[in-house]
Amino acid sequence: MIGFIFSKVARAVITLLVTVTLVFIFIRFSGDPAAALAPPDAPQEVIDQYRRALGLDQPFWVQYTGYLNRLAHGDFGYSIHSGRPSLQIFLDRLPATLRLGGIALVISLVAGLGLGAVAALNRGRPVDRAVMGFSVFAFAMPNFLFGLVVILTGSLMFQVYLGGQGASGSIFGVVAPALTLGLASMGSYARFTRSSLLETINKPFMLAAEARGIPYKRRLLRHALPNAAIPLVTLVGLSLGSLIAGSVVTEQVFAWPGVGQLLVRSVATRDIATVQFLVLAIAATMVIANLIVDLLYLVIDPRIRAR
Amino acid sequence: MSRTSDIPVLTVRDLTIALPSGADRDFAVTDIDLTIAPGQTLCLVGESGSGKSVVAQAVMGMLAPVLRVQSGEIALQGVSNPPQRSPEYNKLRGPQVAMVFQDAISSLNPIQRVGHQLEEILQVHGVPRQQCRGRVMEMLAAVMLPDPQRAYRSYPHEMSGGQAQRIVIAGALLLNPSLLIADEPTTALDVTTQAEILELIEKLKVQFNTSVLFITHDFGVVADIADQVVVMKDGQIVEAGSAPDVLQNPQHEYTKRLLAASDLQGNRPVQLHAEPIFEARDLSLTYTRGMFFNRTQVPAVRNVSLSLVKGQTLAVVGESGSGKSSLSKCLLRLQDVDSGQVLFKGQDITRRSGAELQAFRAKVQVVLQDPFGALDPRFKTIDAIAEGLIIHGVPKVEAHARALEMLQLVGLKPQAADRYPQEFSGGQRQRICIARALVLQPEVLIADEAVSALDVSIQVQVLELFADLQKRLGFSMVFITHDLHVAAAISDQVLVMQHGRVVEQGPTVEVFANPAEDYTRALLESAPGQKRGRVA
Repeated sequence: MIGFIFSKVARAVITLLVTVTLVFIFIRFSGDPAAALAPPDAPQEVIDQYRRALGLDQPFWVQYTGYLNRLAHGDFGYSIHSGRPSLQIFLDRLPATLRLGGIALVISLVAGLGLGAVAALNRGRPVDRAVMGFSVFAFAMPNFLFGLVVILTGSLMFQVYLGGQGASGSIFGVVAPALTLGLASMGSYARFTRSSLLETINKPFMLAAEARGIPYKRRLLRHALPNAAIPLVTLVGLSLGSLIAGSVVTEQVFAWPGVGQLLVRSVATRDIATVQFLVLAIAATMVIANLIVDLLYLVIDPRIRAR
Repeated sequence: MSRTSDIPVLTVRDLTIALPSGADRDFAVTDIDLTIAPGQTLCLVGESGSGKSVVAQAVMGMLAPVLRVQSGEIALQGVSNPPQRSPEYNKLRGPQVAMVFQDAISSLNPIQRVGHQLEEILQVHGVPRQQCRGRVMEMLAAVMLPDPQRAYRSYPHEMSGGQAQRIVIAGALLLNPSLLIADEPTTALDVTTQAEILELIEKLKVQFNTSVLFITHDFGVVADIADQVVVMKDGQIVEAGSAPDVLQNPQHEYTKRLLAASDLQGNRPVQLHAEPIFEARDLSLTYTRGMFFNRTQVPAVRNVSLSLVKGQTLAVVGESGSGKSSLSKCLLRLQDVDSGQVLFKGQDITRRSGAELQAFRAKVQVVLQDPFGALDPRFKTIDAIAEGLIIHGVPKVEAHARALEMLQLVGLKPQAADRYPQEFSGGQRQRICIARALVLQPEVLIADEAVSALDVSIQVQVLELFADLQKRLGFSMVFITHDLHVAAAISDQVLVMQHGRVVEQGPTVEVFANPAEDYTRALLESAPGQKRGRVA
């Protein structure tokens, strides 16, 4: 078990290091930030001055080790435009995104599990087909389109404006973008729950539980669901990625003042330090989330603890 | 609950259960009559598809919704049972009738501690919470688990098949039911464990004054435990009576055939002249498991030597984990050995590779246990059989002609050539596998548990096919099996393995009649059917 934990943590650290390196390389090779920053008609000396100020005249290797060194000391760089620390800018935006993402995750999990279970228990009946149809719609629907449809429906039919800062107050203001963001995951959770539950229901131990006189409801809640939920944990870990990616688009559509919107703006203005830090933060979120999923397995599945 | 009366514990009268339309027959079972008196064991014997498990499900009130009770009645303790799958049935399951299944480990919830699963049985039947733990511990002791405390805390995957079966039996008897249904509870176990479990069921039956409905395909088991025997075939009872009657004087042809399959004496005369065609000298193989921290060495084969005489069959017997299958991989050169030699016709082939190894491959062929997994579902029969010939350089037209010939030799019709594996039964598929192996005209055939996945009467047919083909084509055979009956039926020589070592080897007739080693003796004695003397 200690070996298991150690290998998972080691793997997470290595993944993070590789990510840092790749982000660094890609951004350096995607064009000269000094040229982009300087006015279009700036003479070469001005551009060179910018380069020196940003340390871009140093050899690649020196820039890289310097970058790693600063990271290790908690220095994540400063926004080229405002001069504020990237970390601070990020932290300002984080609560809005956490609120949106958290509610989206809860909505998609609760609705996905529920719909999947209902479909599995009514296998082959119209309810099952309806749920499965909905789940295809849910993960096939692009979120920018669905978001616009929600906004239009709200404003045209109910006179509720769902975008922008107005969202901060009302409950519905959070629910609309959260639903948009969580829709795709909801569809895949529903589908996965259904197949996992159907598989579990037909396992021999379910038949044996029936033979022991355990009532239907209890068999379902105490035996089938916990077993069926185990593989779902992995799916949730993986779908955090699409949740983060989705938040970039969804925040843009709903003018939600979160990290996703910040990322889009920073890219558009070539704010290197901020982009670098945001990509790093998103990667770290993914890696840590999946590390937590791996460790969660230790708690919920005794068969892994034995290894 | 009084059990002293003469009211039968179970009465099944004229039970007929319909199959859904489109099945291969109209009824799952027809006109079934069973009566079990208090304290008696009734063995329901038949092969898969005979309907014996359907009868058990009906008694448990757990018939699948597609199966419909057409007529008849099931009564426990003289009281007619509620309708199938009705909630009232839950009250009977446990206190009145309980069931254990073939695979004990998978009949337990994998993510709950065993003790909690047993307590749950008591709880849902209204036993006060504070009494549950004590009753469970008592029961765990009653099924003679060496460490009940530890068993209580264990998860199913931490147990052996035998321990898990004890747990499941403990769960079944917790509420002291009047009838215990056991559906092939020992089929997945090794012979020695099987003997222990049978003994346990016998002991508990008396201790708890329970009747037993025991479902099996094995007449050896019947001979050991049955008071009454009912033989089923194709959904109908073909023979019923007291155990001694049926065993000594079987009336129906089918019963006789099943009985013959449980014979445990070598039937091939000892031959003295010996020209070894295939030999192994001091073979050793060790697997390395795990990485970095928990690296462990698992010795699978230790200094095994064997010699296969031309035209003869050598049976390799042993329990699971004894190294039989690892040995077969070494012999086939599918696994490189750590030390020792494999000799084919006097030539060392242990380190050969490339074209030389390829030539050896054509001469030594294999038939595996699972006929379902062994055939590519997208290959037609004829292509599956001809593939080996084509690989070894035979022109396609000739390869197909020879494959067709071989197909008929193994007892399949030429029409089978253009069909896909999933259109065949297990026995037919195994014939295809045999044809595929023999079409290359090998000099040695290695059969690794080649009949273990088949029903008894099919097993007999396939064993007869092996023997017949061997006589006609003259190949030698290494037959790996855990089933002593199979070894007795097919082999000239036998080699007994335990923990990767050879315990004993010699002519089958002699080894089975006079085992020299304790382990061989224990193995033979624990084979079902030995306790009450010879069957038939």
